[in-house]
Amino acid sequence: MESVLKVALVQMAPSLGLTERNLESHLAWLETPEAREADLVVFPELSLTGYLLQDLVAEVARPLEEKGFLAPLVEASRHRDILVGLVEESSQFLFHNSAVYLSRGRIHHVHRKVYLPTYGMFDEGRYFAAGREFGAFDTRFGKIGVLICEDAWHLSSSYLLVLQGAHTLLVMSGSPGRGLATESVEATSVQTWERVGQTLSQFLTVHWAYVNRVGYEDGLAFAGGSYVADPFGDLLLDGAENVEAIYRADLPLASLRRARTQTPLLRDEKPELVLRQLKEVLREG
Amino acid sequence: MDSSRPPKVNPKIALAMIDRFLQEELVKTGLAGFVLGLSGGVDSALACALAAHALGPGKVLAVKMPFRTSSPSSEADADAVISQLGVRSERVDITPMVEAYFQGLPESPPLRWGNFMARVRMAVLFDRSARERALVLGTSNKTELLLGYGTWYGDTASSLNPIGDLYKAQVWQMARHLGLPEQVVSKAPSADLWPDQTDEGEMGITYAEADAILYLLVDGRYTVEEVAAAGHPLDRVQKVLAMVEGSQYKRRLPIIAKLSQRTVGIDFRYPRDWGR
Repeated sequence: MESVLKVALVQMAPSLGLTERNLESHLAWLETPEAREADLVVFPELSLTGYLLQDLVAEVARPLEEKGFLAPLVEASRHRDILVGLVEESSQFLFHNSAVYLSRGRIHHVHRKVYLPTYGMFDEGRYFAAGREFGAFDTRFGKIGVLICEDAWHLSSSYLLVLQGAHTLLVMSGSPGRGLATESVEATSVQTWERVGQTLSQFLTVHWAYVNRVGYEDGLAFAGGSYVADPFGDLLLDGAENVEAIYRADLPLASLRRARTQTPLLRDEKPELVLRQLKEVLREG
Repeated sequence: MDSSRPPKVNPKIALAMIDRFLQEELVKTGLAGFVLGLSGGVDSALACALAAHALGPGKVLAVKMPFRTSSPSSEADADAVISQLGVRSERVDITPMVEAYFQGLPESPPLRWGNFMARVRMAVLFDRSARERALVLGTSNKTELLLGYGTWYGDTASSLNPIGDLYKAQVWQMARHLGLPEQVVSKAPSADLWPDQTDEGEMGITYAEADAILYLLVDGRYTVEEVAAAGHPLDRVQKVLAMVEGSQYKRRLPIIAKLSQRTVGIDFRYPRDWGR
């Protein structure tokens, strides 16, 4: 296993509904010096399609085929691993908000967003089919788990991934900036995301890399503010708001070992207790 | 959430977000700049300043559109904003257009004159925007939009609105942050549709009170009873809620009688930035 995961986070502004144009921009981002020196390049949620798709969902959806639309990115993954977001069309013609992990010229893993926010400004449940599981998968950097935006707001999702052995959680987001009625230097939503990642990475002693998109769609200002939290809950990287950028961070296995030695929460976790009580809760419900 | 005061905004973040909003929308539409009506009031002054900040003053055309009863001080205030920001400007006297229409309609009350003036100004702005290959900027703030204090398809009509999510108190705060002329920021707000009209007199509520109540009701999702418990008289809260409900039609496109499988505005749903 590699001792350090060199990650690059692409805080980009996808064009809404223009998959070909977005594919070109992905390839361009992959040619930047930061991406070229990384082992893994992470793009935000729905990076190949844009976010506020509404009825465009059916029009931009693609079946996942290595030789199809994704071929140039699959090819690029021979040099470094790539995580992208898109609308996946299943064989049942259902549309998923999916994250596709490409590695060594193959589609290595797919995560379908489980928690589709359908409240306030969000309407994902109207357009997408929900994924049904969280699965950590093997890479040469140890096990990785992927969360798409709202997934991360459900405690059980990162818990399940870490219990499956994830060293690193990659969080892909399309989060609009909002909440400016404070004196803080950041929008409330950006601060909140940092708090979530720092808390969970500390509780679960895991690396947490969060990439949020920027750009505007119908007045929504996607806020950026990508960051990396280490297994102690400290920020290794704190990206700027609102601007397109690519960020690099090194995630060493050694810090995971130190954190899990200092605070062996994972060792002392009791999933069988959780399971037993969950069963009781479900029976009572 | 401070329940008694009008809401504040972080001016630096808001400015950065609005800058990019205006820049990106202009790029997406492929147009050349912005046109807006400049009344001499703080809302249009702020919209003008934001546009000039985002794109430079050369890409902003401020159109003054006085009527014969408009206050001369309003135009002087508009001139102060134009000269401070260095934006391009134009003056279109709407008196002949408006009077031509009302000739032979002597019974018309001031509200009809006022609404007609607002719609003539809208028509002038959209015509100028075609000449300029520009987008019309809206200048309605959040308080006005929520209370329905504006003319439907008049001053509420625009291509995009940089200040529509700022309460009046936040507009004042942003205007001061950007250093707009003090007389523009501190004067009593007025639609200036007839002499001595003031917003607060006409609405029957001060902006400070309306902002504080709306902030709790809308942003805070407080119930009417909770807003009252937070220190606002119940009848004032109910009045504000009634104004919001009564003006909902102004915040929506026309509703369509659904007949087919797929209907504009109901189940034909695309973002406006579709394909841009």
